[in-house]
Amino acid sequence: MQPISRLVDVDRVHRSVYTDPDIFNQELEQIWEKIWVYAGHESQLRSAGDYLTVRIGRQPIIVVRGPDSTIRALYNRCPHRGVQLCGSRAGNTGSSFVCSYHAWSFHLDGRIKGIPLSRGYEGTRLTPENPDCSMRPAARVDRYRGFIFVSLADQGPSLLEFLGDARIAFDDMCDRSPEGEVEAVPVCHRVVQHSNWKFFMENQLDALHPPVTHQSTGVSAARVERRLREAGATPPLYYHYLSAFASSFEKWDSVQTVNLPRGHGILKGYMGLRPDDPDTREYVAAMHRAYGRDTAEKYIGRSIHHVLIYPYLSVQSPLQQVRCLRPLAPNKTLSELYLFRLKGVSPAIARRSLWYYNLVNSPSTMINADDLENWTKGQWGLESKGGDWVSFHRNFGGDTEEGGVLYSNSGTSEVVMRSQFKAWSEYMSV
Amino acid sequence: MSSISLKNRLIEDVVILENNEASSTGAQSVAPDHSPREAYRVQPAPVRNLGLGTLQELGTLGRIQQFLYHQADLLDGKHWQAYIDLFADDGVYWMPTSPEQTEWLDSPSIFAEDKSIMEVRMRRVTHPNAWSQAPQWGTSHVVSNVTIESETDSELVVRSRFHMLELRRDAQRYFGGGYRHTLLKRGGDFEIKLQRVDLLNAQAIFDYVVQVWI
Repeated sequence: MQPISRLVDVDRVHRSVYTDPDIFNQELEQIWEKIWVYAGHESQLRSAGDYLTVRIGRQPIIVVRGPDSTIRALYNRCPHRGVQLCGSRAGNTGSSFVCSYHAWSFHLDGRIKGIPLSRGYEGTRLTPENPDCSMRPAARVDRYRGFIFVSLADQGPSLLEFLGDARIAFDDMCDRSPEGEVEAVPVCHRVVQHSNWKFFMENQLDALHPPVTHQSTGVSAARVERRLREAGATPPLYYHYLSAFASSFEKWDSVQTVNLPRGHGILKGYMGLRPDDPDTREYVAAMHRAYGRDTAEKYIGRSIHHVLIYPYLSVQSPLQQVRCLRPLAPNKTLSELYLFRLKGVSPAIARRSLWYYNLVNSPSTMINADDLENWTKGQWGLESKGGDWVSFHRNFGGDTEEGGVLYSNSGTSEVVMRSQFKAWSEYMSV
Repeated sequence: MSSISLKNRLIEDVVILENNEASSTGAQSVAPDHSPREAYRVQPAPVRNLGLGTLQELGTLGRIQQFLYHQADLLDGKHWQAYIDLFADDGVYWMPTSPEQTEWLDSPSIFAEDKSIMEVRMRRVTHPNAWSQAPQWGTSHVVSNVTIESETDSELVVRSRFHMLELRRDAQRYFGGGYRHTLLKRGGDFEIKLQRVDLLNAQAIFDYVVQVWI
């Protein structure tokens, strides 16, 4: 493996960062198994014993609510012979974890509770006081506005430091609720991408690709939208969600990106979520009552299309959509697609986000079908000897820096990728 | 940087709203004659020409079976418009995420499509620049275990099971599950008021996505 500095230039990267298994393993060790990784939402863990299983890097982790209401994260591994203690993605484990192999049992904080025929251990090195007798806790767990994150490293930035200004993702989501909170919708679609995780992260703030990649869907939705309007109907907002993808190159170029430290980023641009109709007026009035006019207007008027928490989370906060990556191999990435519900809004408002989830983020997506095709072909291209470098030259040198943040002067600037790789190099060079 | 500066910047609004058939959109603005795939070859729709005598001989169950097999034929033959035409004007194709789900308005679904959204999907997959349609793909459906659940003067509720094999590029996938059709009686024929599709693997990991109805 070449040194990282030889692989990442200011305006281009070597193809091997997408394809090399050694680099991939190093990413898991130096990035995923150290940083704060999204593990779930507290509304999924309402009662003591409620748990979720989640993959943090290569590590199987249980996130569980204890009888004291604390949320903890533990390795999903029995300290005896290594068998995983939870075999489902979610559930309630009662007052203890019990191993299916030899019935070792554990409190919800991971401490050993009981071992059958425990006198068999008398005089051995393994005593109940030995920490090796208990489930190993993950190093750190923290929450931000209900969203739970786990870090497998004792040291390093706090969750707030890690998120930095990208925490606007969660603020923007929650602030759009008159109660200031969201809850998880209990469905998680999972789709495998046959490509390196970087393709997805770059794509999310890539404002040049929508009218190319998604033209077929955008144009088709616009035609049906227009036909419905001509017939005197009011097309539901979701036609616009789809048709907006086919907006002109110039339109997308006018949408600015904000590139934060640590590779996080924001694509601005608002998808016209504030039509003048009774449902929206009722929602706006509820927001005014909850926060006062000025604050409510600030919350509703935020210009955010997507927020990226590098290197694995894409949050479309105005529509409460979250996509989370779990890298499986250099050329294989699992994406988890979540929807959150604004507390205290009418069903009509909640449906706007639901429809986006169905049409864009479900397995029948009319959008990601073409993205996935791009990324698969992208991975194949980068595995080839057809060229060694990946170009991020667009608008190089044309960005405005202000306090460590890069503002693109043009929406389609590849400053997004340059900024991500700057962060990537920092993680990988430690 | 100061958070205040970021917050101020986020107020500057760009709304992505315009005529979305703008001329500078997509690959066609660059190369009008380009398409990543072969033109859509429309095969003749499968023949389903039952005489009155046959219809009577078939009886209700036989006619329902013929209808369901025909629907599967239309999918496998990619006769999207003919497929959509099987639905009543206010008909719905619905694929919930779990067998327990009872409605689609307030819970996520994999598909919850009226005929207008079905038309968007049809137009998408037949568009010359639908990139995901470049690799050859096809399906083969088998429909079986047809059971009449209930009947009124105007409607029938029918359950059946299906297996579907899909080949896309070099990857083969297997889907299975149950259909539950609410059919409107139209003379000797039917229109679909609601088709519920309970996919056995609805919450499994999808390797790639599902581009059309199953």
